[in-house]
Amino acid sequence: MRYLPKSPSERREMLDAIGAQSVNELFESIPEKFRLRAPLALPAALSEPEIIQYFQARAAENSKGYTSFLGAGVYSHVRSVVTDALVQRGEFLTSYTPYQAEFAQGTLTAIFEFQTLMCQLTGQEVANASMYDGSTALTEAVLMAERITGRHRVLVARSVHPEYRHVLQTYAKNLGIQIEEIGYTESGQLDRAALKKESLEQAAAIVVQSPNFFGVIEELPALAEAAHASGALLVTGIAEAVSLGIVRPPAEADIVAMEGQSFGISPSYGGPYVGVIATRDKFVRQMPGRLAGQTTDAEGRRGFVLTLATREQHIRREKATSNICTNEALFALVATIHLSLLGKEGLREQALQNLAKARFAQGELEKIPGVRRVFSGPSFNEFVLEFPRSVKMVNQDLLREKIIGPFALGTHYPELTKRALVCVTETTPRAEIERLAAAIRKILERPV
Amino acid sequence: MSYKSTEIESPVGKILKAREHVSQNEGLIFEKSAPGKRGMELPPLDVPTVDASEALGKEFTRDAIEGFPEVSEIEVIRHFTRLSTWNYAIDLGMYPLGSCTMKYNPRVNEFVARLDGLATEHPEQPAEVSQGCLRILYDLQKCLLSITGMDAATLQPVAGAQGELTGLLMIRAYLQSRGNARKTVLIPDSAHGTNPASVVIAGYEVKNIKSNARGQIDTDHLREFCTDDVAALMLTNPSTLGVFEERIAEIAAILHERGALLYMDGANMNALAGVTRPGDFGVDVMHLNLHKTFSTPHGGGGPGAGPVLVKKFLEPFLPVPVVVQKEDGKFALDHNRPQSIGRVRAYCGNFGVLLRALAYILAYGPGIRQATEDAVLNSNYIRKNLEGVFDLPYNLPSMHEVVFSDARQKKHGVNTMDIAKRLIDYGFHPYTTAFPLIVPGAMMIEPTESESREECDFFIEAMRSIAAEAETNPELVKTAPHSTRIGRLDEVAAARKPILRWKPEEGGSR
Amino acid sequence: MYPKDYRYTKEHEWIKVDGANGTIGITDYAQHELGDVVFVEMPKVGTQLKTREPFGTIESVKAVSEIFSPVAGEVIETNSALADAPELINKDPHGGAWLIKVRLADPKEAAALMDAAAYETYIAGKAKEHSA
Repeated sequence: MRYLPKSPSERREMLDAIGAQSVNELFESIPEKFRLRAPLALPAALSEPEIIQYFQARAAENSKGYTSFLGAGVYSHVRSVVTDALVQRGEFLTSYTPYQAEFAQGTLTAIFEFQTLMCQLTGQEVANASMYDGSTALTEAVLMAERITGRHRVLVARSVHPEYRHVLQTYAKNLGIQIEEIGYTESGQLDRAALKKESLEQAAAIVVQSPNFFGVIEELPALAEAAHASGALLVTGIAEAVSLGIVRPPAEADIVAMEGQSFGISPSYGGPYVGVIATRDKFVRQMPGRLAGQTTDAEGRRGFVLTLATREQHIRREKATSNICTNEALFALVATIHLSLLGKEGLREQALQNLAKARFAQGELEKIPGVRRVFSGPSFNEFVLEFPRSVKMVNQDLLREKIIGPFALGTHYPELTKRALVCVTETTPRAEIERLAAAIRKILERPV
Repeated sequence: MSYKSTEIESPVGKILKAREHVSQNEGLIFEKSAPGKRGMELPPLDVPTVDASEALGKEFTRDAIEGFPEVSEIEVIRHFTRLSTWNYAIDLGMYPLGSCTMKYNPRVNEFVARLDGLATEHPEQPAEVSQGCLRILYDLQKCLLSITGMDAATLQPVAGAQGELTGLLMIRAYLQSRGNARKTVLIPDSAHGTNPASVVIAGYEVKNIKSNARGQIDTDHLREFCTDDVAALMLTNPSTLGVFEERIAEIAAILHERGALLYMDGANMNALAGVTRPGDFGVDVMHLNLHKTFSTPHGGGGPGAGPVLVKKFLEPFLPVPVVVQKEDGKFALDHNRPQSIGRVRAYCGNFGVLLRALAYILAYGPGIRQATEDAVLNSNYIRKNLEGVFDLPYNLPSMHEVVFSDARQKKHGVNTMDIAKRLIDYGFHPYTTAFPLIVPGAMMIEPTESESREECDFFIEAMRSIAAEAETNPELVKTAPHSTRIGRLDEVAAARKPILRWKPEEGGSR
Repeated sequence: MYPKDYRYTKEHEWIKVDGANGTIGITDYAQHELGDVVFVEMPKVGTQLKTREPFGTIESVKAVSEIFSPVAGEVIETNSALADAPELINKDPHGGAWLIKVRLADPKEAAALMDAAAYETYIAGKAKEHSA
């Protein structure tokens, strides 16, 4: 077998050296009744070309040739081939967690750069070396707020990504954390009037996402004020990180939980992605996840090490800030390389292109009779439209035109049936936007 | 700046520390930045431009990102290529890290993960145009169920720790459905740190159970400890000592008699795949680490995947959605699961990692047993050759990993950390130091099946040489490593005055 | 080495009684076992302490140790110098690196603890254990 570097004679020699007749002797500590006699029921071994064939066949069964207008937490953006050329280097790809710093300065230096980039983007003072993704980063940010304030209630905007809220609920219900959901106004932003004084005074945090699931940007300075006035924190999630190219960073938030998938990471049917938590220096000891810190060796040379490890599970065990061990290091590296390539001007330009495409698409789609914009708040590259009929039905017809239509909000919001969340990015060609508009127009002209 | 190179003595002759070459003195990407440089250009906009302040309002727009990199493509390539040369990696040689299972990461897995039509798919797209992705998930599930002998699976957890939490939440939901979620989870003192941490997040209390003199669960203690309050025992099998729990059937029986469940931490599955199945020896729920046993790359710390496999009675509690095959043969995501614990992550999990694990399994087929046999062979071969040289605290049959201690070398003032650092000078990554906690001065060695006989012999030679050095020249070992670009780093300063990001006005010496 | 007017616990804390108040720290033996101290976590002023209950932690790079209160009382002061210079614990554990001052619930409680001679005997026994 090509992954096993032993010849039969070598195996024999090694067994002799051990003093065993056969390799089966080495498994005698397993009670006999549990030792398998027959091979496992698995498909026969495949050669490399056959493996490629299997996956190519699967790739042909998906959405090749379709144009997608889906966002809803996962975004199609440009990525450079340079990124893969670098992360496919074995020294990055097949390297272990950098616990032995002398042997892993490549990884540690890149982590330090990632942490820096995340601070620069979010306007926060310190960022960690990655969480699993945006949904778990937001959940851990809430747990962090609970630890910091000692309070067990959180006020969560309904406009936070529904799957993020579902993850939070799954974790929170076993930890005695009370979740109170706060609605939105016609702008699509959090309804500040619904923030009750008694709730705020018991709350560890107000939790929002910006741009939120509807694509609308929240008024963070005002929310921060409202939270701080009652001793609560402001936790802000970000799902579309490219927005930070032009949108004001959440500097007033106490904890930011960001999804970095937009930074050069393929959609890949849901993962791997990369989450990150960024916060103030004063909260660093309550922050979960690994941290790379700068230091020197005996000769004064700069180097980097994993630090403040006493927060983590391998030392603190049941009192750790989190159980996280394996994170998304390789994808933090992808984001770091990608952002280094894109750079200050490139990210800004990309964000402006997203904004321009979205405004154009909005304009084209609003021309369709019966279609109107729903939320009035400022939006980045996603916006919500109301259709005169079921979004799911329209999407079924669009699929026949090889178009994957906008996300049907009714899936998660019973009060928002017939509302579609449209996403366009810099990768959506103008011709496809026009084709979408024409297709929807035609579909809506047909009788139901 | 001038960089002096230093010549030092070593048992292999005079060596020059790698200091002078430009590739060894690479700074941070921010330190190469200059206004106007760019590494990537975008295609021109094909729609009318929009002014951000006008479109969004001044209060919602930002200034330029201060300090953000401005470098060219070639500088990015050079920067990260140079950084990569400072790393050790499996592609270079063995990582004898116990319980990490650092095996070869097959390259075909990288190729297929990047295919157009797989890397490009959006998790919310309709099932009609996702049949390929769903089939990959379904086929992987089937394979993992065959390998483990369990009945149902979730592929959603994205790391072992998350798998642990998911399994514990399912245990809670199940016991709750029978009227009493109970209060505690038993954990052996040899357990990995994620175990107790996960227990706490699941809302349970940890109760530590001591290992017996054979490093195994003491079944008398277990009987005593397993009160009506106990929800489960979290067991790693083989244990972190690399030893199979010989009384596993009895352990399972004791728990089940008292209505508690047996959770297995599958981190050491590399000793079992194809040879035995946890589902057969009484495990109710377990997780696997695909980035360990199933070859997905560590990438410097992640990503991972921690699928959870359960017996039928726990199936209703799986996280949502569940990948199913409908009557018409088509695949779908089933969200209609009223007893589900909920979600532990958005979407289905780390699809790209799951895909790679399936590619690995398809390459082996039923022959996966051979990998397990080679892993256990390597570990026993190394053990046999180092037994006379290092202290072996538990003289029990080793499976895929062996645990020595530094007791003999300690007499000369040399401890496990020193030996580990000296191993770097011999071209190997250190083994796992100071874990499990029940062995003071532990040296946990797991060679995996990816190591050739030659590599094992080199490792054995290196370890024997260091043991000799510990007696004749302990200072050399205690001040190791000597051959790396950078020496032992001041971790105390890093923790006392943490510098966790680059800032323009700071710099630090090169 | 170990001040004669202090009292000591098996968990290696010391207490110096001064009328109704006490000053508490960790011993030289403890700081040696811990290695370089990087961080100290202390209770808030006003916290009510119970005898032998943990009131804070001391961190080295690779380990965290709880500190247990030798007596019952109320925290009236914490040593602010340790926030910026945790290394003081290694340099001056019995003096400048005191951790907290308490108002004693019972000023006589500390007298029942080990005196310097008894503590020195105790740690000599521990040293024997370790090299055995």
